[in-house]
Amino acid sequence: MHLVYPAVLAVLLFCVGVYGLLARRNAILMLMSVELMLNAVNLNLVTFDVWLRDTLHAGQAFTLFIIAVAAAEIGIGLAIVLLVYRNRGSSDIDRLRDLREPPGPGADTVGAGRSATGHPATGGGDTEDAVEPTDGEHSSQHRNPARRPTA
Amino acid sequence: MNQAAAYPGFLSPTGVEIVFVLVGIATLAAAVITVTTRKLVHAALWLVVALGGVAVEYLLLTAEFIAWVQVLIYVGSVVVLLLFGLMLTRAPIGESPDADSGNRWVALAVAIAAAGTLVTLVVDAFRSTWIDLDGAVQGSTRVTGESLFRHWVLPFEALSVLLLAALVGAIVLSRRNGRGPAGAEGSSRTGGTAVRSGGDPESRTGEPSAREHSAADEGEAR
Repeated sequence: MHLVYPAVLAVLLFCVGVYGLLARRNAILMLMSVELMLNAVNLNLVTFDVWLRDTLHAGQAFTLFIIAVAAAEIGIGLAIVLLVYRNRGSSDIDRLRDLREPPGPGADTVGAGRSATGHPATGGGDTEDAVEPTDGEHSSQHRNPARRPTA
Repeated sequence: MNQAAAYPGFLSPTGVEIVFVLVGIATLAAAVITVTTRKLVHAALWLVVALGGVAVEYLLLTAEFIAWVQVLIYVGSVVVLLLFGLMLTRAPIGESPDADSGNRWVALAVAIAAAGTLVTLVVDAFRSTWIDLDGAVQGSTRVTGESLFRHWVLPFEALSVLLLAALVGAIVLSRRNGRGPAGAEGSSRTGGTAVRSGGDPESRTGEPSAREHSAADEGEAR
């Protein structure tokens, strides 16, 4: 078999994964793109292992290790996504902007609205309120009524 | 017959090459649909097609054991976990118009630039290189097992420790502890609003899924 076929397929799969990782907004869809990229790397490793006829079979052993590490990664990643969803009511990574730079003196309206509502009297729910005024859409609405009576 | 159509060449593809290219096209199409569809559950299901296609490519490259591990781990557990995650975060079944971010065109430009560069490089580098698939099978279970347990025992054991750490970490992360105010409210308030009572079982079912997943991986790696 010509070596170019699997190598080009791996390259294209990797670039599809890159596109998905950059273009997607949902955290779970980004994890899927990461899986595509890992599969492209695995295909490359197996291809070159078979081509070089490695006596140690380093490529195949490494592929197995990558598959296991990817399984661990997807477990931890989904646990983190579920935790974020439980605390925020959204798995939308565009809204996880608590750690961004504080708005300077010439702040825009988004920063002003955030700093106005970012410090409520009760210390319990300020992390959810901080993300709400930027673009309060459907995903944060169905979570906040549950939080309101408890806070 | 001129030299261009001689045996190892582009103009005389073998059957394995034809099958490889066809399966590769299907895999690539499934991957593209995975990253572009607006239905989140459909994305996970197309990912099954893409990962299964990669498994078939492993088989065509005579790496049998890795192909079956791919089917077991990726198609069997990772996609199921992704579907669990989609359902636990209440992904909409229908189309979600905000699945794509605003910087989609930048992402497309980056991906096309990377693909153009890498394809040019790879084709230029390996233009006249052929894989000999006719010899001894490279990735049968016997060969892979011997190399794995003869040369790669220490990384293998370190990997099992890593899986154990991932298991513990997933349980700790998805556990709702009882000391914080959030945990106390979650365990005591059962008759809240409808949204509240709907939100509770998601944390309960999140735990065993992570646990059984990591346990399955642990069992596989052993």
